[in-house]
Amino acid sequence: MNTNQNRIVAISGNKSAAMGAALSRPDLIAAYPITPQSSVVESLAQMIAQGDLNSTMIQVESEHSAMSVVQGAAVAGGRTFTATSAQGLALMYEPYFRMSTLRLPMVMAIATREMTSPETVWSGQQDAVSVRDAGWIQVYVENNQEILDMIIQGYKIAEHPDVLLPVNVCYDGFYLSHLTERVEIPHQPAVDDFLGVYHADHVSLDPDTPMAVDPLTSGEILWRYRKGHLDAMQKALQVIEQTDDAFEQVFGRRYGGVIDTYKMDDADFVIVTMGATTGTAREAVDVARSLGMKIGLLKVRFLRPFPDKKIREILSGKQGFVVIDKNVCFGWNTGVLYMEIKAAISELGHPISSMPAIGGLGGADISVDQLVTCIQVLVKQGSQQPGQLDTYWFQ
Amino acid sequence: MSKKFITPVGDEGIYTLDTGSWRTFKPVMLKEKCTNCGLCMIFCPVGSITGDENKIYEIGYQYCKGCGICARECPTKAIIMVRESIE
Repeated sequence: MNTNQNRIVAISGNKSAAMGAALSRPDLIAAYPITPQSSVVESLAQMIAQGDLNSTMIQVESEHSAMSVVQGAAVAGGRTFTATSAQGLALMYEPYFRMSTLRLPMVMAIATREMTSPETVWSGQQDAVSVRDAGWIQVYVENNQEILDMIIQGYKIAEHPDVLLPVNVCYDGFYLSHLTERVEIPHQPAVDDFLGVYHADHVSLDPDTPMAVDPLTSGEILWRYRKGHLDAMQKALQVIEQTDDAFEQVFGRRYGGVIDTYKMDDADFVIVTMGATTGTAREAVDVARSLGMKIGLLKVRFLRPFPDKKIREILSGKQGFVVIDKNVCFGWNTGVLYMEIKAAISELGHPISSMPAIGGLGGADISVDQLVTCIQVLVKQGSQQPGQLDTYWFQ
Repeated sequence: MSKKFITPVGDEGIYTLDTGSWRTFKPVMLKEKCTNCGLCMIFCPVGSITGDENKIYEIGYQYCKGCGICARECPTKAIIMVRESIE
């Protein structure tokens, strides 16, 4: 593929999400505006109004309706897109859960935001991580290019016959949604070729072979659907890697599949991030290394399915790690990602020190200096004792 | 790849509910009293009573959970409820 045909533009994360969705040519889009996602759908509505995008746009009165409308289109075999944030995602929860358990592939962008209360519209990851057990695949991205690329990859993963699950592309509200970065826009025929045409044959609207979808189902066979869903999640781990490889061959960019690492080879300690904080953490790793600390970065890209084996491989032989969570895990005095990593390393086979760190709530900045200080605390305390250290709060 | 148990479709789920096993009393039709009026068929909430073209009504026991509505509604008391026994 001739990459010279790619356009290079400077756009916001929301614009990047809209362009990624448009390049994937959804049959139908339905969404309701909510900060900080609103301009995703505004951009798509404009493209459709100008005749640049041939998708059906349905105006709805709520996020519950938005997900219900795309669900109907997906049951009929359509490729669909929507986007939301925080309270909108919360209102969407009922059809959101049904979307994954009906095994309907789609991509939904989440411009992640803190959950109310206190009343807030700013950044955080509490909205998306709070629905991690609703059966969707969730990828958390680092920059605006990755938003666009993962929306395209998202359809490829979601529609894979071994997967057939919806995908959330989660990106930090405001930090990515409203900030402008360089983004390469792939050539439309290349995306068409990469994605192909979606043919749903596990569910469809066909008057010649009518089917009743979602009948009353008792526990005696319901467990088989859950088991199939869990199996599909595990298969998705492989499909994610394959899709990343295939994407690189066509578009020249790869993200490492389920995880990414930076300066990990000789690292004794590891900083673990998810989302846009990763960019800051790369800088912090460079600074900390210049101060003599042997630190590496682990970027967790997929929270669902959770790449536990890969994470064990990376953390094997390390002295300690800190997990930066832009969310909290109520009941555990840590963030959500920390608990997930903790579960993954229970079979590590050697003692390791670990520090939960919480920051960036409600749009608070996490600076390079703050991350370097946090790394210093980890290295100092983690060198003295294995096990869980006190939760570190960015103040 | 087996499509079964991907998306729940069809009516299989319904058939795993063995409502017939819920019965403690079963309705029994006394044909000598029955006038074939069909009210039992109309009132049965699960469609367990069927009638043929000659309006001869029969009780099917696969789904009947023994609610007793047919016996209550029958104007000639032609349906009685008999305790189920373990045989």
